[in-house]
Formats: sequence, structure tokens, C-alpha cells
Amino acid sequence: MNEKQQALEALAAAQWRLALRLTTAMMAVYFGFILLVAWAKPLLARQLVPGLSLGILLGALVIVSAWVLIRIYVRWANSHYDAAVARIRATGR
Amino acid sequence: MSATSLGSPNYAAIGFFFLFVSVTLAITWWAARRTSSTEHFYAAGRSVTGLQNGLALAGDYMSAASFLGIAGLVSLSGFDGLIYSIGFLVGWPVVMFLIAEPLRNLGRYTFADVVAYRLRQTPVRIAAAIGTLAVVTFYLIAQMVGAGNLIRLLFGLSYEWAIVIVGAVMMAYVLFGGMLATTWVQIVKAVLLLGGAFLLAMLVLARYSFNPVALFASAADRFGPQVLGPGQLVADPLDALSLGIALMLGTAGLPHILMRFYTVPDAKTARTSVSYATAFIGFFYLLTFILGFGAMVIVGPEAIQAVDKGGNMAAPLLAEAVGGEGFLGFIAAVAFATILAVVAGLTLSGAAALSHDLWVNVVRGGHAPEAEQFVVARVATVLGAVASVALGIVFKGQNVAYMVGLAFAIAASANFPALVLSVFWKPFTTRGAQASMIVGTFSALVLIYLSPTIQMSVLGRDTAPFPLRNPGLVTIPLSFAVGIVVSLLTREREASESFTTMQHRLHLGPEADQA
Repeated sequence: MNEKQQALEALAAAQWRLALRLTTAMMAVYFGFILLVAWAKPLLARQLVPGLSLGILLGALVIVSAWVLIRIYVRWANSHYDAAVARIRATGR
Repeated sequence: MSATSLGSPNYAAIGFFFLFVSVTLAITWWAARRTSSTEHFYAAGRSVTGLQNGLALAGDYMSAASFLGIAGLVSLSGFDGLIYSIGFLVGWPVVMFLIAEPLRNLGRYTFADVVAYRLRQTPVRIAAAIGTLAVVTFYLIAQMVGAGNLIRLLFGLSYEWAIVIVGAVMMAYVLFGGMLATTWVQIVKAVLLLGGAFLLAMLVLARYSFNPVALFASAADRFGPQVLGPGQLVADPLDALSLGIALMLGTAGLPHILMRFYTVPDAKTARTSVSYATAFIGFFYLLTFILGFGAMVIVGPEAIQAVDKGGNMAAPLLAEAVGGEGFLGFIAAVAFATILAVVAGLTLSGAAALSHDLWVNVVRGGHAPEAEQFVVARVATVLGAVASVALGIVFKGQNVAYMVGLAFAIAASANFPALVLSVFWKPFTTRGAQASMIVGTFSALVLIYLSPTIQMSVLGRDTAPFPLRNPGLVTIPLSFAVGIVVSLLTREREASESFTTMQHRLHLGPEADQA
């Protein structure tokens, strides 16, 4: 209940902050899309080029944004988080 | 579009189906020789790689409902169907950020292991088993009834025979090969489904010089520009939000998905497997854009509805139109394989709740000999298989479309809040967990019963006492609130004291315990 414990708690807090931020971001993107679907139907039906409506484009972008958010998390976890876990493991005996 | 051969026995379909069953049973025979303990039976000896588990997660998640149902919805109503494609994907980031790694490090076989980690075992496990069995039952009914109807249409086989065949083959996988066989069945199925859907999409796009926008433009030319924009499906914003939140958080509470994280060796591999799963599932749902509009333009809504009112046969009809009877047979066999694999995963997670949570930890107080655990797991599998065949036959002819939504609503309200609070919130107590899971399960059940889905669509009444079709918007916050309030009223010293121990294990892994 010392240096190791402190490092662990700091890491847990950092992990929780990032997880919460990314979850909130995903929710904002998805619910934003749903609310547009519900309230801005004519806007989403507008075709940017013949065949590509704003709705289809934004829908595909929601899927892409899920990939991007996961990519952000994995990069942080693979570099920062895993290294911190390894450091904490090493300090404990 | 000429007459379709759907509904009469298709020899290519039967040939492909027997090939799939033979290969998967050979895998089961191979897996059976490696399945000699409960650790193998439930968790495939924790030997699955990240890519394999990613494919298996995708296999568990992409049900026949998403392949046939969404393609059908898009082919009939255009853009509106895509809303489902998107909703089914956005739960995966939540699984990644909040669930996958803690689950792997804190549990052994079921998600109840995690919730019960620092709480009292018996009450938590009973509540978790109720939630799990409720989710599994509704999901199973939807899959089995879907399977019966589908196989009748695809193979010209009677509904009851279809159900019995699915039940028997699935039981063989789980009973003899356990999680290892189930994992490989999922992998084979995911590869077939992704490959089949990709090939079908390419055959469609070949007619539009590989430009999806030209395909959408042709749909707008033929059926009016409104097919590319939102229509009447999402009429009420609150309804849309409620369904959205249930789909999003429900994924992170589906017991058969959660159980897959125990099959990998460590938390890092759990992380990798969600990355792969999200890539595959997202890719698949992007393909449904092309399959749906392709079926609309190439087959036509009338021809699709002539075969099945709900539009479920859009993808097979499209396969026949662009690839002939042989390709139809292949896609039909893939759809059959899809159902078999999902049902196997569900049965295994139901069996784990019965045997690991209820029998071993509640009845035997956590001290059952290994040999007994293994026997009980297999007895529970047989019970699960028999129950799923019986449910499939009892619910024949019922409208079960709402049951997948119900399964997601219960998973999001009963399992997800307890899981998150137990891992991240120190003051969480046994009574809080119990109350959250029980209130989550039963409030979702009661509100679905009072909703327009049951009252108006199924029972044919004029009004419904509860306005929303999906109860998630009410029941998920309710379950969180109940868990928090009850925990604050019933302080539990041991639970908050062991939070530190749990945190160690959560981040450093099970090995940290021995240090």
C-alpha cells in the first residue's frame, strides 16, 4: 500500500477516464445520428451526388467512427497501458 | 425475374449443408478428444487466439436475423432498414472500453463470476442466472422459430423436422466438443457468411461497374428518391432512442458473447479479439447496404414479398438472380449454418449458467469435484437442447420478431448495469447487485408486455398502457438507479474492502494473485 498501489490507482483512473470519454463519444455519434433520422428527415434524404444521400453517408460514417474509436483505445492500451502494467508488475517483487 | 426455385428441395443447398455438417462434426470429434475438463468445456482451455476469437465473436453475433432480416428490410423499405445495421454495430466499442478486459481478468466461465467477485456468491449468482436464462430463452425462441420457417422455405422441409435437426446437430457440437467445437463452428460459419455476403455483393456491384452509389441511384430512379432517406420506421424519436440504447448496451450484456472472452489466454488477447470482431461485423453490415438495395433493384419488392411477406428471402432470391441455383444453394446452406452456430453458442451459455452458477456455486457452495462439474455441465447441455427444440415447436407460427429486441433489452437492463457497477463502483453491495439484476429483468419483461409491440401487434388491442416499443430508455436507468440506491442503503464492508484486491487482479491479471 505504497508506491505500487498508487501507480495502480493512477492507471485505473486513467483507464476509466479514457473508457468513459470514448463511450460518451460513441453514444454522442450514434444518438446524434438517430435524432437526425427522427427529426431531420428531409436533410438526410438530400442527395449529395445522385444516389448518395446524406443519410447513407452518415450511416456508413457511424460504422467507421466505431472503428476509429476502437483504434484509439487499442493504440493507447497497447502502448501506454500495457507498459504501465508491466512496470507495476515489476515493482511488486 | 422469373419463377424462383425457393421452397422446393434444392440439391446444391442440401449438398452444401451436408458438407458443412460433416466438416463441423469432424471438428467436434477432434475437439471432443481435447475436451476433458470443465476448463476445456466452457473456455476451450483458454487457448483461442485473438483472430480466432474475433471471428467466433462475429459468428456468434451475426445471426440469420441480421443477414436475412436486414437485407429484407432494406429491400422493402430502403434506408430505414440500415438503421438496424448501424444499431447492431455500435455496442461493440462499449464492449471494448468497459467490459472485455475486466471480464477476462476477473472471471472464469460466466459474467456472474465478475459480479460475484467481491460480493456474496449465492444471492448474486441466483439473480445473474435468472437474467442469463431470460436473455438466452428469448434469443433462442427467436432463432429457433426463425430457423424452422427459414428451412421450410429454403429446403422444403417441414417446420418440426427443421427444428429437430437444428437441435440435434447443435447438441452434438456442444455436448461432445464443448467450447472448442463451438468456437470452430462459429469460425467456419463466420468465414462462410462473410465470404458469401462479399461474393454476393460483388456479383451485384459487377452490374454497376463496382460503384455502390450507381446502385443506390438506380434504386432511387426506379422506386423514388425517398428510398434513400428516412421513412416511417422511426416515427417517434423517444422510441428510436429507446431501441438505440437497448441495442447499444445490450451487446455488452449478452451472456453468449461475454462467455467468449474466457476462451483467450489473457486480457490483451481479449482486446485484440474485439478489434477483429468489430472490423468483421462492421464490414458485414456495410455489405448489407449493397445486398438490400441490390435485392430491391434486381429482384424487386413484389417478387420478394410474393415469397415471404416479411422480406426474409431477399438475400437468397438475390443470390439466385445473380448467381443461379447453385449460388442460391450455397447462400441457403450458409443461412442454415448461421442459425446452427448461434443456437450452439446460446445453449452453451445457458448450460454454463445452470451448471456453473446454479449447481456448482449455489447448490454445492463452490465445492463440487471436477468430475461432477463436468457431468453436470453435460446434463445441462442436454436440458438446454431439449428445451430449445420444445420452445421452437411451442412457438410455431407466433410472431417472434420482437423477441430479439426483448433479449437485448433484458441484457442491457439486467446484466450490463450490474457488471459495470461491480467493476467500477466501490460502494456496490450484494443487495444492490441483486436488486439491480432482478428489477432490470422484470421491469423489461413487464414493460414489453404492456408495450404496443405485444398489446397492439400481438394481442390486437387498440391502445397500449406503455408507449415505447422497446423499454430500454426506462429500464436501463432504472436498473442503474436501483443498484446505486440499494447499495447506499446497505453498506457492505467486505465488498468495499476487497475493491483494492479486485483492482489488482483487474489490471495485473490472475497471475497477480500468486505474487
